[in-house]
Amino acid sequence: MKQQSKNKIILCKIMKYIARYRWILVLSLFLAASSSLLSLYLPILTGEAIDLIVTGKMMNYEGLTQVLLRMAGVILVVVICQWFMNVCNNRMTYGVVRDIRHDTMDKIEQLPLAYLDTHPAGELVSRMIADADQFADGLLMGFSQLFTGILTILGTLVLMLVIHPLITLVVVLITPLSLFVASFIAKKTYTLFGEQAKTRGEQTTLIDEMIGNEKVLKAFSHEDEAMEEFDEINERLEKVSLRAIFFSSTTNPSTRFVNGLVYAGVALVGAFAVINQTLSVGQLSCLLSYANQYTKPFNEISGVITELQNAIACAGRVLELIDEKPQIPETDSAVVLQDAEGNIDLSDVCFSYVPEKKLIENLNLSVTPGMRVAIVGPTGCGKTTLINLLMRFYDVNHGEICVDGTNIKNYTRHSLRTSFGMVLQETWLKPGTIKENIAMGKTDATMDEIIKAAQEAHAHSFICRLEHGYDTVIGEDGGILSQGQKQLICITRIMLSLPPMLILDEATSSIDTRTEIKIQEAFARLMNGRTSFIVAHRLSTIREADTILVMKDGHIIEQGNHESLIGNNGFYANLYQSQFQ
Amino acid sequence: MKYLLKFFHGYKKECIMGPLFKLLEASFELLIPLVVVKIINDGIGNGNKSLIIQMCLIMVALGLIGLICSLTAQYYSARAAVGFAAKVKKALFSHIQGLSYTEIDTIGTSAMVTRMTSDINQLQSGVNMTLRLFLRSPFIVVGAMVMAFTIDRKAALIFVVVIVLLSAVVYGIMLITIPMYRKVQEKLDALMKVTRSGLQGVRVIRAFGLEQNEKQEFEEANTALVKKQVLVGRISALMNPLTFAIINTGIAWLVWTGALQVDHGILTQGEVVALVNYMSQILVELIKLANLIVIITKAAACAGRIENVLKMESSMKEGDCSESKNAPVSVDFHEVSFRYAKALGDALNRISFMAAPGSVMGIIGGTGSGKTTLINLIGRFYDVTEGYVQVDGRDVREYTYEALRGMIGIVPQKSVLFTGSIRKNLQWGCADATDDELWQALKMAQAEEFVRGKEGGLDYEVTQGGTNFSGGQKQRLAIARALVRKPAILILDDSASALDYATDAALRKAIREMNPSPTLFIVSQRTASMMHADQILVLEEGEAVGLGTHEQLLLSCEVYKEIYESQYGGAVPEGSRP
Repeated sequence: MKQQSKNKIILCKIMKYIARYRWILVLSLFLAASSSLLSLYLPILTGEAIDLIVTGKMMNYEGLTQVLLRMAGVILVVVICQWFMNVCNNRMTYGVVRDIRHDTMDKIEQLPLAYLDTHPAGELVSRMIADADQFADGLLMGFSQLFTGILTILGTLVLMLVIHPLITLVVVLITPLSLFVASFIAKKTYTLFGEQAKTRGEQTTLIDEMIGNEKVLKAFSHEDEAMEEFDEINERLEKVSLRAIFFSSTTNPSTRFVNGLVYAGVALVGAFAVINQTLSVGQLSCLLSYANQYTKPFNEISGVITELQNAIACAGRVLELIDEKPQIPETDSAVVLQDAEGNIDLSDVCFSYVPEKKLIENLNLSVTPGMRVAIVGPTGCGKTTLINLLMRFYDVNHGEICVDGTNIKNYTRHSLRTSFGMVLQETWLKPGTIKENIAMGKTDATMDEIIKAAQEAHAHSFICRLEHGYDTVIGEDGGILSQGQKQLICITRIMLSLPPMLILDEATSSIDTRTEIKIQEAFARLMNGRTSFIVAHRLSTIREADTILVMKDGHIIEQGNHESLIGNNGFYANLYQSQFQ
Repeated sequence: MKYLLKFFHGYKKECIMGPLFKLLEASFELLIPLVVVKIINDGIGNGNKSLIIQMCLIMVALGLIGLICSLTAQYYSARAAVGFAAKVKKALFSHIQGLSYTEIDTIGTSAMVTRMTSDINQLQSGVNMTLRLFLRSPFIVVGAMVMAFTIDRKAALIFVVVIVLLSAVVYGIMLITIPMYRKVQEKLDALMKVTRSGLQGVRVIRAFGLEQNEKQEFEEANTALVKKQVLVGRISALMNPLTFAIINTGIAWLVWTGALQVDHGILTQGEVVALVNYMSQILVELIKLANLIVIITKAAACAGRIENVLKMESSMKEGDCSESKNAPVSVDFHEVSFRYAKALGDALNRISFMAAPGSVMGIIGGTGSGKTTLINLIGRFYDVTEGYVQVDGRDVREYTYEALRGMIGIVPQKSVLFTGSIRKNLQWGCADATDDELWQALKMAQAEEFVRGKEGGLDYEVTQGGTNFSGGQKQRLAIARALVRKPAILILDDSASALDYATDAALRKAIREMNPSPTLFIVSQRTASMMHADQILVLEEGEAVGLGTHEQLLLSCEVYKEIYESQYGGAVPEGSRP
């Protein structure tokens, strides 16, 4: 029941999208009706023509010509109707799906990071692309087959009734048998396919594990054992598959047999009727051809309905995304943060990702322009969270964060974020050229500026060694570049855009220590006069900071510069010493 | 395709019986219109009711025999297809086991998994459909035509024209649309790429305020996709109306010709009805055939990809020396150079060193300096390009793989555990190790404590990918696995990276105290891990830039000194300076 009302809501939403194409829809329905009814008229005409051919009598050529001409006309109209209907349906379906995708993307850009962080990218992509695509397929099938199918069945029934009610009864009585047989086999095979899927899954897991780690397998000479395990599953799969495939393949022959029965029944009753003069030979031939076609739309419709149910489920997943709550919209009074000085104040900030698990509590911090702030602490202590709050990727639950004396909620998000230069541990490069990637923060940069930035980040020499230099196209996820090289490119971005404030979250974690030292010099120059936040686990990189925040469980437990913290002999001193033990 | 044919061996009977029974079924189907002729001409014409009943019973009988034939055919086809696929899968799996690292690198892991799973599944259904339909559909089309010829030659010519036209339309549209559908798929992939990349980089995109750019790029890809879809849709939308037109025009023409023939006394009314019936049978089968061709093309592409893997031969030849030692052995590199297949430069260049039995060898260098490549040569996972590697004074190429690798315990950079109990995982190192030996190895690997804490201890189940263990725990289990085999050579490839300094030190101490203690290779970026090694090899971009003890290198090797200082800076605590 609940599922049904949910489906209704989804259908309503789909209807709204379709409504934009309502004239095309009306046209398409009209064309579908004309083409399916006219194509039912053809067997009647054929029957009439056959009745005009009577052995041993004077042939009525004039009548025959008329009937055949009428046939030609009907064929022409049907062809045109069908083609236009298909074109309309294509237009409508792909249009609807494009609109839905468009709205999804619009929504994604407005969703808070809290949503995107908790939903894996793969899942969202599969909703926006694969689910939307499946929905398109289902919708197209629905448009083009459901309506015509129903009309064809109804039309056939009516026409058969008009021609000969008794024969219609025969057809109506026997056809359910075909549906019954089909659904019986479908139920049987469902469990078999389930078993097959399970065994197949087992085998895929094994293949994934063994072949995915083939190198480990070889290092331990484990090949024979793996083969044994594989063989065992493979044999089981063979047996299950054989049964599943065989049983499912009995559907067509069985329904074909039942259709054969219908055909024989019509032939029998029809032939007797012709002898009794209640039917002509042409009408019999017409009824036989109806009997042949009658079951086809039934099978089609049951296929379409499964397909449509699937499509609605897919649409539901996509539309759900559109209905997600967007981030708090910007107020009209939001100001643009320009040339920030770098005064940052956090007062009484509380934040948690989930209400049950408190993370940051009553955090207070005051940073003056040009200050270098390092944040250290064990994993999960809230370092990265603090950065999420500064960039307003997440909003604080309580308290406020001010930049240059104004609450960050009163700035436009765009201006706040572009005032910070951010380098993260997880590097992300856009598919495109290296040049485009570097110039992300400053799209109008000249080549000289780009090269200069790359030189400062010590990325220039490796970029030059690539086949096409700065024009080298990097694929999804950086492709050919090593993790360290990707990080260097991300650093170059910042070196180019020179934002007034900096956030470096494990920015050099994948770079070997020697190169890191060289980059540190460039960073030092960059940080000069800019408020910066540095998160790092290598303590050597944070010794130079003006102030070090030692965080634990969402609180700042120690604060001071390197020397004073070592002198305190507290948490930081312990952490620092442990790397030499 | 040819190469795979041999896997049909043992299914010859099925491959012949399947299509044969399908042909039988089709023949019975072709007889039905003739029965109808009999009903119309003799039954109705002479008012012979018992003949009509007889004929209808014959129709039912024909249907029943057809059903039995068809079921038999389906069974044989399924058996042949499933059996064939199982055999190919087995051969492929075993073939992959025999490939060397070079080939594994060339093919790529994910490609191999695809070959083993979806490619073979598609091949299976391709074979199944081919056996079922490939003979049946053309047979019905041709059969209908032949039957038409037996009735009347002039009318049958219409069949020839209709079949030619229909084939032209069906295959013409397919030929045009298949490459177009491929383009649609490309556009879909492009859209997917834009979306995925935009989602993965959402933090950076928002940090740079580039949301509008992303939206625009998405919209462009979205529109490009829809344009292609509508275009190909317009052409494939022609298929149904055109085939409908051809068949029905054919019927009209047939009726006209039939009328003339009847007038000349050559044909009867019933025969005209039969001809019309045959004409209707053609269309369904032609469309089935068209779909079958699509399936076969796809399956053939899969078969080609599978074949390429099967044809790939291992680039290494196994030696025949099966002598394997338990005691520590020496490892010597003589002017060893190595280059990866298709790489432009050498990954290792003229490396030489000698590690005495039981000694500790440290290998240090930045990312991409060739550390892992070097240790992969010891177990002969790759063959050297120049020079030679000796283990126990014998070239590694002389050993059998099992003898050579049996001497080596390796802990790879990325710790991999497999589904199954901890015991099963550890026994990868040595299949007949007792529980006592396993616990001993766990103790040395500093893993005893947490394994004891798990429910069931050694019987605790590892989930796929070892996700129920932390990175450090996985690493320690991988170390224990290598220790279980009491190796003559132990290689730790940056294996302590997830361990804290204290655990790392305890582990190294435990290994030194092993009796006999193996020849040990420690690969690391941390100088702390190898300060006490007998020799340290410093690598930079494939070149050996230093070889000696910690103290010697601090004096003589600039690179080593820089690495050391970058990790300790000025503030070096007492006792760690030479």
